[in-house]
Amino acid sequence: MTAVGSAAPSMDRVDDDENGKSAFGFWVFLMSDAALFAVLFATYAVMMRGTGSGPGPAEAIGLKYAFPETLVLLTSTLTMGFAAMALHADARRSLVVWLGATLVLGAVFLALEAAEFHGMAAKGDTPQVSGFLSGFFALVGAHGLHVTAGMVWGLAMLVQGATSDLSAPVRSRLGRFALYWHFLDLIWVGIFSIVYLRGTLG
Amino acid sequence: MSREPGSPTHRRYLTGYLWALGLTLIAFAAARLGGANRTLALGVVIGAGLIQIGVHLRYFLHLGFGKSQRENLVLVLIATLLILLMVGGSVWIMFDLNRRMM
Repeated sequence: MTAVGSAAPSMDRVDDDENGKSAFGFWVFLMSDAALFAVLFATYAVMMRGTGSGPGPAEAIGLKYAFPETLVLLTSTLTMGFAAMALHADARRSLVVWLGATLVLGAVFLALEAAEFHGMAAKGDTPQVSGFLSGFFALVGAHGLHVTAGMVWGLAMLVQGATSDLSAPVRSRLGRFALYWHFLDLIWVGIFSIVYLRGTLG
Repeated sequence: MSREPGSPTHRRYLTGYLWALGLTLIAFAAARLGGANRTLALGVVIGAGLIQIGVHLRYFLHLGFGKSQRENLVLVLIATLLILLMVGGSVWIMFDLNRRMM
């Protein structure tokens, strides 16, 4: 560890370890986020039969968007892994390419989800129609918001990856961004199983 | 830097991707074709989903039983316990309540 000369507290000291304390701290955040999603899953499960005069899961939810969304997000988790490998090998060009590919796939996912929500709203299936639709939009929307936040973070990391010297703090941040992105795909596995596939089975 | 067994490689990410893709396709196929036997189809969807979460943890989030991952593993197990209590408890109580109100 290098000595810090200036009196100003250095950010580098806080997050300069790739697999140490900051990674563990980030795991703590991920697990608290998992608890948030778990409660939204529980809410959805409880609300699922509260359809009132609105449509039930089998009518309101289809696989037309869910299937491509799933494939796109899963592939983006692979390109994220390749970006992490490029970082490991100090290959900046390939890091930028794979990270860029990840963000493009993330944008495609969000566009598909926006089209899906828009189509549902056009049919009159909005969150205020029933408890089931409230639960659906809260759960799937929370995941979409997480991906949106991930896009902002990912763009910042793309700029840092392309322009900075790939120093220890940048590596550490990229490592945590990779964890975050993989985690969002893990949550999506729960969403497509519980919400979409269970929904189509009626 | 010494590499632990189970540290990320291209091959490892690809293996994880193919496993996850296969399980995803099985789950979607079961939901699509399983109209005749709903319980079986639901079982396949839930089973494939649980295995796929394990695949993601192992191949993408690099969670393992190695020494460097011990703290993370304990954290994930505690979180899993909390989640099971919260989700299981909520669903149990609310569905029981639903049944009693019928």
